[in-house]
Amino acid sequence: MTIEIDNLRISFGDKEVVKGVSFNVAKGASFGIVGESGSGKSTVLRAMAGLNNEWSGRIAFSGENAPLYRPPAFFRKVQMVFQDPYGSLHPRQTIDRILSELPLVHCMDNIDDRIAKVLSAVALPMSARFRYPHQLSGGQRQRVAIARALIAEPEVLLLDEPTSALDVSVQAEILNLLADLRVERNLTYVMVSHNLSVIAHLCTEVGVMIDGHMVEQVTAEDLRLGNVNHAHTRELRSLSVELEEPA
Amino acid sequence: MLVEIKNLHIGFESRTGFAPAVKGVSLTLGTEKLGIVGESGSGKSLTARALMKLLPKQTRIEADKLEFDGIDILSASEKQMRTIRGKRAGFILQDPKYSLNPVKTIGSQVAESWRAHKGGSKRAALEAAINLLEMVKIRDPRKVASAYPHEVSGGMGQRVMIAMMLAPDPELLIADEPTSALDATVQAEILRLIEELVSERGMGLLLISHDLPLVSHFCDRVAVMYSGRVMEELKASELLSAQHPYTRGLLNCMPSLIHPKERLPVLTRDPEWLK
Repeated sequence: MTIEIDNLRISFGDKEVVKGVSFNVAKGASFGIVGESGSGKSTVLRAMAGLNNEWSGRIAFSGENAPLYRPPAFFRKVQMVFQDPYGSLHPRQTIDRILSELPLVHCMDNIDDRIAKVLSAVALPMSARFRYPHQLSGGQRQRVAIARALIAEPEVLLLDEPTSALDVSVQAEILNLLADLRVERNLTYVMVSHNLSVIAHLCTEVGVMIDGHMVEQVTAEDLRLGNVNHAHTRELRSLSVELEEPA
Repeated sequence: MLVEIKNLHIGFESRTGFAPAVKGVSLTLGTEKLGIVGESGSGKSLTARALMKLLPKQTRIEADKLEFDGIDILSASEKQMRTIRGKRAGFILQDPKYSLNPVKTIGSQVAESWRAHKGGSKRAALEAAINLLEMVKIRDPRKVASAYPHEVSGGMGQRVMIAMMLAPDPELLIADEPTSALDATVQAEILRLIEELVSERGMGLLLISHDLPLVSHFCDRVAVMYSGRVMEELKASELLSAQHPYTRGLLNCMPSLIHPKERLPVLTRDPEWLK
């Protein structure tokens, strides 16, 4: 599924937080958005997912303009994974119940099979199926969150800081899982993160946001080599590089 | 030595039995910057909290030695602890959103911590608070002093927390993940600020973090914790060339901007490490 975003503007009340963002993502590609808190990166992602109706401009999936209010079929194609696995799973529902919500709403068949398949796709043991979220570790919970998105058999995954609440050791596992899933299922990713190295690892193209503007779009390769033009990109890059190099 | 910990054990009594969390940690700290790194659940925060006796009732603490500047923490009374907490050892917590009182102005909170330790009139305390806010490099301290916590950014909130800790001139600063809720640019500023203040005032610093590269840049020494034990202790400058397989594993599984990896190596945990 190709994604086209054209001159997207989002305001909360009188305050404009996204001021004309445009970018394109090819089918099967992965696009990263970096920026500091308050730069509007998550707001862009939420508008794409249909979680925000106060936007203007153009959001198109496969060349088709997304309407302000999305039809149910849209959510079969586009799914979102949130930052905090502690906050995004219902604490009083078992994993089985959480995962069966979407298939029930969309009247899908073989729910039992689908859940078993999706659990094995994210490498969760079957024993996790009838547990509650608090009985799982942070990494396992994030796997459940990814499984919940995958059960819709989507073509696009929108990832909002999928690893920033996790330890680096668990982050590595989740990033590997996301990379594998993209190849296996030919998914298109749009990922938001404040961590440049995570973005560069998973994405081939990166957009840098500051104060509601996307000031630069570079390939991950150019970002690694330092072929960047905007001062903010350079600042973010040098901070990231400085930390990597030994003191 | 400012802090001496020898063979510290911390565990929790529960309905279903006893759960050990820290299993024999030994550390010493003088007027230097010591970093404790490890994954969540490794016991790094518990160790710091035990030092201030800030653990819930059902916790069982045992140690051969747990001393702050020669005072035995285990046998210290609550009254004695109150002369240490805040006054002699400051504690900076992770998220300023949850650590500041949302219904009081920032100035009045900093002033309160000043008055609690130094006394004086309300007006003098407020002036002192504004001075402190200036010291942590807040540009318009008067304006920030009359603002409420929700009106300032995360980085500003963390500066305010640091200002509160500085009020009584502590000898030790314990910072528990002081920057993990902040952006990269702000994170660097806050750490630089902490570093400056620590070296200017000759304080000891205990920096707890899960971010290895960060700690290697800002500390003198680093203790790596895993599953309630200290795996190794080494000079911060040598952290990136550490030998222990756990430390190596943690370093390897981080994605890198300059040295791209096709696939991230995953940490395999060896039961041998815990023997």
